[in-house]
Amino acid sequence: MITYLQNNSEVVLAALRQHIALALIPVVLGFLIALPIGYLGVRVPWLYHPLVNVCGVLYSIPSLALFVFLPVLLGTKILSPLNIVVALTIYTVALLARTVADGLRSVDALVIESATAMGYRRVRRLVDVELPVALPVILAGLRVATVANISLVSVGALIGVGGLGQLFTRGFQLFYLEPILVGIILSVLLAAVADLIIVLIQRAVTPWTRFAGSRA
Amino acid sequence: MNLSYLFDITHWQLDTAGSIPQLILSHLWYVFLALAIGTAIALPAGLYIGHTGRGSFLAINAGNAGRSLPTLGLLMLMVTLLGLGLLPVLIALTVLVIPPILTSAYAGLRSLDQRVVDAARGVGMRPWQVLFKVELPMALPVLMSGVRSAALQVVATATVAAAVGLGGLGRLLIDGLAVNDYSRVLAGAIVVAVLAVLLDLVLALTQRWIVSPGLRVTR
Repeated sequence: MITYLQNNSEVVLAALRQHIALALIPVVLGFLIALPIGYLGVRVPWLYHPLVNVCGVLYSIPSLALFVFLPVLLGTKILSPLNIVVALTIYTVALLARTVADGLRSVDALVIESATAMGYRRVRRLVDVELPVALPVILAGLRVATVANISLVSVGALIGVGGLGQLFTRGFQLFYLEPILVGIILSVLLAAVADLIIVLIQRAVTPWTRFAGSRA
Repeated sequence: MNLSYLFDITHWQLDTAGSIPQLILSHLWYVFLALAIGTAIALPAGLYIGHTGRGSFLAINAGNAGRSLPTLGLLMLMVTLLGLGLLPVLIALTVLVIPPILTSAYAGLRSLDQRVVDAARGVGMRPWQVLFKVELPMALPVLMSGVRSAALQVVATATVAAAVGLGGLGRLLIDGLAVNDYSRVLAGAIVVAVLAVLLDLVLALTQRWIVSPGLRVTR
């Protein structure tokens, strides 16, 4: 495996770079889109259940089907990385919109009333009080979405754009174990590192959760 | 966007090899086998960990570890190691099924009111009676949600079986893509999505049927 890495370091690094971009751009985009949608699911209570159901159905579309079908829908080229980015953004939104709504719903009504009583208006209250309090739930969803995206990118290799997944298809076509193993290990490592980074961010931005035990 | 492949009656002949009903059957067969084997492994393990509290580290992290493992890579690794056939596909799909069921079995048992378990022990139930007459029935809603998410994932992922030459609805996607027949690709995508929704419905009904009515009034 070491020899394989030495001989193919450029191919592997390029695949890794593409993998990171294909997995993480959708996380950022999906998060930004999911925030207002999730908020809407809380502000307009009757929207919550339809939102949950639509997200569930969206998430059940097979990734391979979405990857091959988006070019038809968007008019993009089949080999365009845009297909993967859009598909994974859809999955991320499906996962996170619900989490954002659940997170905001989990905010104690007393907290919101206190904030209102202290003179917070709706927008400031949302940004300064509700979102921070909902952050642990939202970030937990973000971890799931990130890890899922990183493993889903490789399916894109079946349509020619798949980051580390291309190492799988290459190894499969040549009946050669090394690239497949390298791809799997790097993909799992990447997921672990991304997960760890989000956990560290969470610890940094929600210091109060570490003292949650002492409160009760 | 055209639905001509899906609505062409010649693609629905039961006895033609590669027709949509045949692909649905082989697809469901992979899904069933993977779910059955995965449940047979993950359920006892999850119940053991949840009941005894031993190895809970494993149960908590199984979910994330399983999600991060790329199924396509695992599948191609298995094919390279074992050759073409049903076995490598089943291994890859089973690995996908185990984490959600293991985690939900564990979480279901852990989420129970500990007083209920104590009461069961207090009235003289043996450990296995506590597990099968109290803990497992009460953990069923959480457990079933794990089974349902596992089923959804497997229905969607079983499409990759076609990438290594097997049948299932992935054939429509892979073959349609190979010959630029998007109406076939669309047919595959729609049938898989409908299958996923139907399977979830069946499991939801099963859940209603096997979960004690006493647990339904919580909300």
